[in-house]
Amino acid sequence: MAITVSIPTILRTHTGGEKSVEAAGATIAEVIDNLESNHGGLKSRLVKDGVLHRFVNIYVNDEDVRFAGGLEAKVADGDNVTILPAVAGGSR
Amino acid sequence: MLVIRRDLVEAIVEHARRDHPDEACGVIAGPSADRPERFVPMLNAARSPTFYEFESGDLLRLYREMDANDEVPAVVYHSHTATEAYPSRTDVSYAGEPEAHYVLVSTREPDTHEFRSYRIVDGEITEEPVTVVESYESSPGE
Repeated sequence: MAITVSIPTILRTHTGGEKSVEAAGATIAEVIDNLESNHGGLKSRLVKDGVLHRFVNIYVNDEDVRFAGGLEAKVADGDNVTILPAVAGGSR
Repeated sequence: MLVIRRDLVEAIVEHARRDHPDEACGVIAGPSADRPERFVPMLNAARSPTFYEFESGDLLRLYREMDANDEVPAVVYHSHTATEAYPSRTDVSYAGEPEAHYVLVSTREPDTHEFRSYRIVDGEITEEPVTVVESYESSPGE
């Protein structure tokens, strides 16, 4: 069994248009490295200077990984990982 | 061009007025980016006059709901409460929906408002005309 990763519209150029891809790994960092090996270019959209980019949210099942160890958050086979663009902004 | 129903424009403006002086935010979901139909006001987790953000749990629930309904975020709106309705550098850096219409409402004047729409793709802002209609001509797929 693998980990299912939901890819947001803005990153589907890296997955040939696929909404959902499979990946492997025991942590989010490993899942991202595994994604990068199959879908080059994704990692730099998700990670900057060794931390999760502030413009994206990554969830393991229902939990935002920022509250679960960040890139070290644990992932198990059968989990769903969801990547979403943060919706934010402001007048400054 | 953004074609949008009058009741949705009114709902966005009312939300912006209600939350003033904090920024208000939300989406209008629809079956395609050119068919805004379902008004979804969101809580501004930043509760700030100069910043807005969807809370991360709310964001996940919203996207799951849209996925289940076969919807996309046709419009992503927020208000500027002391400046013009034009995307800031922060707005552009966060803009993660290349197909959405980014609507900005300015509530800096108490009696009048600005309601403008933009596409934001690869960091580039393109303003687009807004056409307000009473109802859409036909249902998608008809």
